[in-house]
Amino acid sequence: MAKNDLIGGALWDAYSKKVSERMDNPTHLGVLTQKDADAKNAKLIVADYGAESCGDAVRLYWLVDSNDVIIDAKFKSFGCGTAIASSDMMVELCLGKKVQEAVKITNLDVENALRDEPNTPAVPGQKMHCSVMAYDVIKKAASLYLGKNMEDFEEEIIVCECARVSLSTIKEVIRLNDLRTVEEITQYTKAGAFCKSCIKPGGHEERKYYLVDILRDVRNEIESQKLKENAQKIDLGTLSFAEMTMVQKIKAVDKTIDETIRPMLIMDGGNMEVLDIKDSNDGHIDIYIRYMGACSGCASASAGTLFAIEGVLQENLDSNIRVIPV
Amino acid sequence: MQKRIYLDNNATTMIDPKVVALMEPFFHQYYGNPNSLHKFGTEIHPALHDAFNKLYDGINASEEDDIIITSCATESNNWVLKGVYFDLIANHQKDHIITTSVEHPAIASTCRFLETLGVEVTYLEINKDGNITANQVEEAITDKTALVSIMWANNETGLIFPIDEIGEICKKRGVLFHTDAVQAIGKIPVDVQKANVDFLSFSAHKFHGPKGIGGLYIKKGINLTPLFHGGEHMRGRRSGTLNVPYIIGMGEAMKLAKESLPYENSTILELRNYLEDALLQIPDVFVIGNRNNRVPNTTLISIKGIEGEAMLWDLNKAGIACSTGSACASEDLEANPVMVAIGADKELAHTAVRISLSRFNTKEEIDYTIGVFKKAIDRLRKISSSYEGSL
Repeated sequence: MAKNDLIGGALWDAYSKKVSERMDNPTHLGVLTQKDADAKNAKLIVADYGAESCGDAVRLYWLVDSNDVIIDAKFKSFGCGTAIASSDMMVELCLGKKVQEAVKITNLDVENALRDEPNTPAVPGQKMHCSVMAYDVIKKAASLYLGKNMEDFEEEIIVCECARVSLSTIKEVIRLNDLRTVEEITQYTKAGAFCKSCIKPGGHEERKYYLVDILRDVRNEIESQKLKENAQKIDLGTLSFAEMTMVQKIKAVDKTIDETIRPMLIMDGGNMEVLDIKDSNDGHIDIYIRYMGACSGCASASAGTLFAIEGVLQENLDSNIRVIPV
Repeated sequence: MQKRIYLDNNATTMIDPKVVALMEPFFHQYYGNPNSLHKFGTEIHPALHDAFNKLYDGINASEEDDIIITSCATESNNWVLKGVYFDLIANHQKDHIITTSVEHPAIASTCRFLETLGVEVTYLEINKDGNITANQVEEAITDKTALVSIMWANNETGLIFPIDEIGEICKKRGVLFHTDAVQAIGKIPVDVQKANVDFLSFSAHKFHGPKGIGGLYIKKGINLTPLFHGGEHMRGRRSGTLNVPYIIGMGEAMKLAKESLPYENSTILELRNYLEDALLQIPDVFVIGNRNNRVPNTTLISIKGIEGEAMLWDLNKAGIACSTGSACASEDLEANPVMVAIGADKELAHTAVRISLSRFNTKEEIDYTIGVFKKAIDRLRKISSSYEGSL
């Protein structure tokens, strides 16, 4: 939220001139027939994508020659201005390309081609979605021509169609930057910044992957990975006291005391237990202990014995340890 | 000069010049605070009394009832729902609110918020006619129902809900009844006593008054925890210095709205029907809801093969303002909820365009509009991939 977000509406003001012009006068609108194909000795491809019930539908016509080159193309579209303008630009980008090249055109290419200025988006964020369909219909047409499945053209799993961010990119960004919120993922990758369908279920469009689920799963993996690494380091004796989890810290303290102090205390009819471990504000690690048996009330408990316990723990675990009897 | 034809009067209206004229002196000549003891404050009182008289008269409130001035109907709606939550639900006397699935977001979003606080909310579905029945309300009421909140007329379709019957049932069952009458005032007679309502929300800018001012009618004797705590304005029910010029404007707008009802229900109704009949001549154009059960100014039409926002684009080019609650036009990208609710063909869910007239529209404007619609439908159906018979 910021000053420029507070007054809503103005969707159309954010359209580029090219988008407006193509909505008003689409250049490649029309149909191609078998007759057209025969006249040019080409193959006719008619691909439909989207559905009127979803608010967007497009039909793409291609004439493809024997060298796989798209020699003519037309479209028809049910949708808003952005959908119509995107379809028109998509057709333009296909023309003259080989089918194998055309299939590499993405919705981002379509959006870029519709820009007036290189650094100003052609449509506002929530309209990015409308260019995705223009891109999907190319894959549909190519799949029909090449006799493949649409998914075959997708090298990666795309989570956010609008910004074309893949599952592997999102996972990697979460890991590398230790991200903890969906907002952070959007900041780093732009995934979820546009139509927002991929953030969580219940948006404009049903998705196979949602950012909330990916984040949760990767976070779980990161945490369990950390625990595993910790445990390995403990086995190797290379984990510092400060890096340990609470359970590991208590175990380490008990282990050190068992090996050094406790036998002596027990010999004198006493004992001690660890109550809590806290990081203090002044950089110390405070270990709260309680004396038991003969130790409680012993004069040395707040002097010699205490210093011995503290010394042993400082030497074996961390020099910042402070032992506080309660 | 390009034409400017405003047919989006369910979104907001032009302020009547007579209203502006009456408000004007209260900005710079009579600008005192009516709560002050000095003359600058007290000299405003007659005009304020006059404004309140017009508001009370406009909805036939009795003198013992309260009409509390708010900033808008969104505030009024929030206040009723959250006030009832504090008064009856937070203290565990009740736990249930009944509303419809087609309310304005001021009700719908507030209900969803209250659900997060543990309130049980029933959203009544509208039927094939786009309406709900009093019987549906009666069946939904339980011992734990605190409030029924149902709009008087729907903003999208203009369909009028059976408020009198629902009021009768709520009274019989001892349940508080609120109605959001934003789309009814100035279009059809609104009588709070006849309808047995306990609360009624309205907003001045929907009936040719200023924006940023509205009201909440509260029947006598009903407690409602305030939304705004502060000074003793309006007896502490809604604190904040009275917005004097706007209250005076809203009063006058209400008076004019009531006076214009016969005109709205004859001339404007005929103009709306004339437009509707002309559009229905075009193949595969449908109108939602029986016109005899609609407010006189509203038409929700569905134009097969044309996405609603694309239609708005072409109308806008020709200087005509309409609206759509469908897909692309709104930021939430959802299908028009009313179209979905009435079970219109799925294909039509994104094709709705709402035309809403006012007493300032003319026959010439409507004739021009009919021409523009025909041209736009022709052009856009040629682009459409889902309208056969084109190109």
